Amino acid sequence: MLLTFLFFGCYSGIVYLFCDNKPDAPDAAAQRGWKVWQEKNCQSCHQFYGLGGYMGPDLTNVASQKGTSYMRGIIEHGTGKMPDFHLSNNEVNDVIAFLSWVDKSGKSQVADSSVHWTGTYIISHK
Amino acid sequence: MTKTLKFFTAFTLTMLLLTLFFGMIAAFAFLYPELYNRYLPFYQLRPMHVSAALFWIISGAATGLLFFKKNVFGTKENTSDKVFVWIWVTTILAIFGFYSFKKFGGREYWEFPPFLCLPIFIAWIFLMNSFFSGWKKSFKNPPLYVWMWATGLIFFLLTFTEQNLYQIPWFRQSFLREMTIQWKSNGAMVGAWNQMIYGTSLYIMSRLLGDGSIARSKKAYIFYFIGVVNLMINWGHHIYNLPATSFVRHLAYAISMTEWIVFIAICIDFKSKISQARKYRYLYTHRFIMHAEFWAYLNLGLALMMSIPAINRYTHGTHITVAHAMGATIGINTMILLGSLGYILKIDRLPAFNKKILNIGFITVAISLLVFWGALVVAGLLKGYREVWLGMTNFQQMMKPVLTTLHVFAFAGIFLFVGMFTIIWNYFVAIKYWKLEKPFIKELAAKHQEKSTMMEVE
Ligand code: HEC
Ligand code: HEM
Repeated sequence: MLLTFLFFGCYSGIVYLFCDNKPDAPDAAAQRGWKVWQEKNCQSCHQFYGLGGYMGPDLTNVASQKGTSYMRGIIEHGTGKMPDFHLSNNEVNDVIAFLSWVDKSGKSQVADSSVHWTGTYIISHK
Repeated sequence: MTKTLKFFTAFTLTMLLLTLFFGMIAAFAFLYPELYNRYLPFYQLRPMHVSAALFWIISGAATGLLFFKKNVFGTKENTSDKVFVWIWVTTILAIFGFYSFKKFGGREYWEFPPFLCLPIFIAWIFLMNSFFSGWKKSFKNPPLYVWMWATGLIFFLLTFTEQNLYQIPWFRQSFLREMTIQWKSNGAMVGAWNQMIYGTSLYIMSRLLGDGSIARSKKAYIFYFIGVVNLMINWGHHIYNLPATSFVRHLAYAISMTEWIVFIAICIDFKSKISQARKYRYLYTHRFIMHAEFWAYLNLGLALMMSIPAINRYTHGTHITVAHAMGATIGINTMILLGSLGYILKIDRLPAFNKKILNIGFITVAISLLVFWGALVVAGLLKGYREVWLGMTNFQQMMKPVLTTLHVFAFAGIFLFVGMFTIIWNYFVAIKYWKLEKPFIKELAAKHQEKSTMMEVE
């Protein structure tokens, strides 16, 4: 049992340290936007990298695919299906900064060319 | 059964009822958000549903520990048990209070303001104290289920702590690191409560069989070992598409989903043995656990497919994931826990009238769960096909047939609720009459003009 916990500790440490070899830290606006994201529970309807709730679309790459003004329009007013959260102007800017930062971390959809014949993915890093 | 334990069992069953109730409404809020957004939006119902589900499962596993330790260790209820129950229950009530005022702040499954994690953590320490002090007093060479309970208890604490590491700024300095650790802890935590629940199922099996050897066999230990390795590594299947370091993905793929095989193999052994033995005595307990075996088969098929990245590409981020999550939490975890609580509450000794109702509930659940799960799988396949294969980018257009299919899921959910409600109602009856003197039980039976199948209370 002790050995198990030792292994768990070591593997956890390795994962923490080496899972991302080129970390890209969020700026202050993105950090604030992250907080808004959590407090308004956007993740209950949206996903990042396919993880989250399924009512709305995956937002990992919305910033590069649809652009800032499109995001702003939706986040400010909601849509028929997405509620209007009555966010302040600053909050909207922060959320957009957060989504743009997430976008830079990678692509949510794995390209055909990344699928290896063994069934796993070989994803080239940023 | 003490007063505290009776209360806690009732609380646990209430969590199950709430899970079903919120789930049923959430499904319609998903389909018709325009009607719900103003008063009961999906972003409020989903956390209520999902957190209630987690608390049902974890509280259910804890109820088993609190009750069975009396038989296993010979220890009585102590202050630790009571402190655990009260902190745990109060915190969960506070969490639902925050949800009802739309105060969120955590992450998926734990969507409440993070400071509430502290009392949960403290409560867990008390539960662990109660368990380990009992163990210390009694055993030197305990059967496997004691190891499984211990493993689950400790790993829950570790993964719950890990789940909160993001409060330390360093962990948020990289989005990939944050996502990796969030899903590492979530994934491993499922493994932790599975250890506790499978431990309980092994305990009940050995009691039903009257054969302690199944909890000491070499095979069972090997399976336990595979389970623990899976717990530590297979969480990587949640984040196959995350462009983090590859070793996480490759290792997870290789280790994969062997834990289900372990469980089924134990169940198969059990089935052949129990048919020789006391099959009919604890009929419902047996039926629930056997039903979990059936669902383990179905989920094994799905899980094995999903853990191949090339297939995961189409299933990830679709309702297939929801089918997998609810198929496992309802089909396997909830069934075992109903078996476990049924064993504790002696539901097999309820009067024939109650058993008849129980039977109707059981059949309703069995059928509706299959439809419910099937609809989710079809909805997921449709989304995967349209989004990844056809490459559709218009979200609403892509979702159209998915939403149609989800109507089947939502209506099956109503039947699931009704069926489960019928079962839970009988469990409450059993709580009410637990260990009262014979005449009270007779009275209950007489009320339903059933005397022949009367049970005597142990
Ligand atoms: C109740 C569910 C729900 C919640 C909560 C929610 N959204 Fe949405 N969101 C949607 C839906 C559904 C869409 C798709 C637009 C539509 O069909 O109306 C959407 C679309 C979007 C889009 C445009 C995506 C695209 O690709 O077109 C952005 C950006 C967005 N949401 C951001 C947010 C943010 C930020 C929050 C939290 C403050 C949030 N959403 C909370 C349901 C939700
Ligand atoms: C014991 C009963 C149940 C348990 C343990 C349970 C558990 C869960 C879990 C763990 C999730 C999260 C899934 C994920 O993140 O992939 C979930 C989501 C969900 N469940 Fe349940 N569930 C139960 C019953 C129901 C019922 C009866 C309904 C009614 C139809 C329902 C509707 C939903 C919905 C709508 C979601 C959200 C899916 C999404 O985000 O799109 N659940 N449930």
